[in-house]
Amino acid sequence: MKITLEKRLAPSTLMLFAVPVFSIFLALLLGGVFLVINGSNPVEIYGMLFKSAFGSSYGITESIVKAIPLMLAGLGVSLAFRMQLWNIGAEGQIYMGAVAATWVALTFPGLPAPVMIPFMLFMGFLAGALWALLPAIPRAYMNVNETITTLLMNYIAILWADYLIYGPWKDPAGFNFPLTPKFVPAAILPTLGETRIHLGLIFAIGAAIVIYILIKHTKWGYEVRVIGESPAAARYAGMNIKKNICLVLFLSGGLAGIAGMAEVSGVAGRLQHGISPGYGYTAIIVAWLARLHPATLALVSFLFGGLLVGGFAIQLIGMPAATVSMLQGLILFFVLGGQVLTNYNIKIISSPKKSASKEVE
Amino acid sequence: MDQLFMVTLLATAVTAGTPILLAALGEIITEKSGILNLGVEGMMLVGAVVGFMANVATQNPWLGVLMALIAGGLMALMHAFLTITLRGNQVVCGLALTIFGTGLSGFLGKSFVGIPAPASFKAFSVPLLGDLPLIGPIFFRQDALVYVSYLLVIVLALFLYKTRWGLSLRAVGENPAAADAVGISVFRIRYLSVIAGGMLAGLGGAYLSLAYAPSWLENMTAGRGWIAVALVIFATWNPVKCLVGSYIFGGLDALGFRIQTRGIDISPFFLQMLPYIATIIVLIFVSRETKTHRVSSPKALSIPYDREER
Repeated sequence: MKITLEKRLAPSTLMLFAVPVFSIFLALLLGGVFLVINGSNPVEIYGMLFKSAFGSSYGITESIVKAIPLMLAGLGVSLAFRMQLWNIGAEGQIYMGAVAATWVALTFPGLPAPVMIPFMLFMGFLAGALWALLPAIPRAYMNVNETITTLLMNYIAILWADYLIYGPWKDPAGFNFPLTPKFVPAAILPTLGETRIHLGLIFAIGAAIVIYILIKHTKWGYEVRVIGESPAAARYAGMNIKKNICLVLFLSGGLAGIAGMAEVSGVAGRLQHGISPGYGYTAIIVAWLARLHPATLALVSFLFGGLLVGGFAIQLIGMPAATVSMLQGLILFFVLGGQVLTNYNIKIISSPKKSASKEVE
Repeated sequence: MDQLFMVTLLATAVTAGTPILLAALGEIITEKSGILNLGVEGMMLVGAVVGFMANVATQNPWLGVLMALIAGGLMALMHAFLTITLRGNQVVCGLALTIFGTGLSGFLGKSFVGIPAPASFKAFSVPLLGDLPLIGPIFFRQDALVYVSYLLVIVLALFLYKTRWGLSLRAVGENPAAADAVGISVFRIRYLSVIAGGMLAGLGGAYLSLAYAPSWLENMTAGRGWIAVALVIFATWNPVKCLVGSYIFGGLDALGFRIQTRGIDISPFFLQMLPYIATIIVLIFVSRETKTHRVSSPKALSIPYDREER
């Protein structure tokens, strides 16, 4: 008996939906095994995780708050992935966006909100975009592997932010805690009613719509898709691949930069140590799970936002913070494995090959 | 700078470079077979925590090493299954491995944070060699795992370029269809190479938690796995160049620390940035070199092999 994979002519539509759902289910199952080994009760822990994330209106609004940076960074990451550019530097780009927005808020405290917020947004975008452009240029013109450079730049960005908050920008009244002074009210994003959901949600939804239109309905978006799917064809058609690599990574980093701006301005109200608890990495999983589609991305961001909220809740009963990133990694594994079901037919055939080869021996 | 300072610095460069060296040697084996595994950071972390846990349980550093090898190998097996059998995207799969490994190591290691390793690897002088001027104190007054790493470099270089198996492995990475045609099992060689790579990454992690800084700290690799991946390109997939490169990065790591103890006033945050900045700059220069001198990566690197599509 032999199991072979036969390539499908078109990806299976059923599997397109079934795979992510099953992936999450199986990841939770396998994660449960780890929990049991660790001496915890998975039913209790998952129940608590789910309840704190989605079981109350407070939980749901908190999940949305966490979904905002995931969605923005995820949009950026998926834009780059479309062109087969592996931007795994979203984490650093978030930090640079946060730093630049903080610079605006601390340097020009007298600006009125209608000037302050767009200025912070612009600088946040620009800083994230330039941080991604730095590895983009060597990638485009010297073929330097962007996966490694974008990732390594995360460490530099985080150290840079730490330098500022432990050094020149430290709040004199902050009892030596690693954080900057609180922003003036004009630099704080307005929130929705009693919740912590802030204007960043509108940025994220706006960005999703813009990216969707750019990719699906413009000539440039067409170019990006062609370059991603077949660089040879793109070159033959005379498309400027080098310029597009730079442009796509610039935008990709800019979106992550906005996520950083929204975190300091909408959630923390200041720059502080660990302003992003790995949103940039989770965004990669979110982008892949959403199959790079902006609308699906919003939904997946919400689910993963919930996973983060639940993650905080289970820490209160002594579970390690890393439980959630372990689950995230498992989900991505199963999605990747499951994609084989989308693209291939699995055939089990009892072949006479084995006996034939024995005869040869 | 006085001679003693230089010798201490270089000896520390070797120690600090060893975890990167071990992981990078593993990645060379993996990539030579045509599979890209970006999960080195995750495999190192799991190796570090599992090695440490075994050390605490058994008080034996070598059992720690053994468990780290197994753990790294198992992690790599997941990568092998997903990328070789199921032909998943190697970049994303490697990232998944890193994310999962970071999480798993933090999860397993939570109750081990802050306790010192009960039985760590200690430096000892090799008879005769340790008494050589300069070379002795730099290379031969180290711990056992450093000596193991020297042996691994030699063995791997010989294996890759002087043995039949090494030839098969390189053939699979350069042209799997041709290798397949002459009867080499592409799948078996790739599986074994990926697993061997994972074991060495696990060993690199264990070096951190059992010798370099004998304790467990969440995310204690701090990007060394990624530096190892970059180093493979820098070393143009050559084990000996890999050794040199590792010690340069180890030296940068050590230099930052030494400068601080000498009272030179640079923010520690900037010093910590050094290895990352250096890696990026080196990567840019090397990529230019490889373009002009045609020292390229294994040709089938990161392309899944599909027998029917040849």
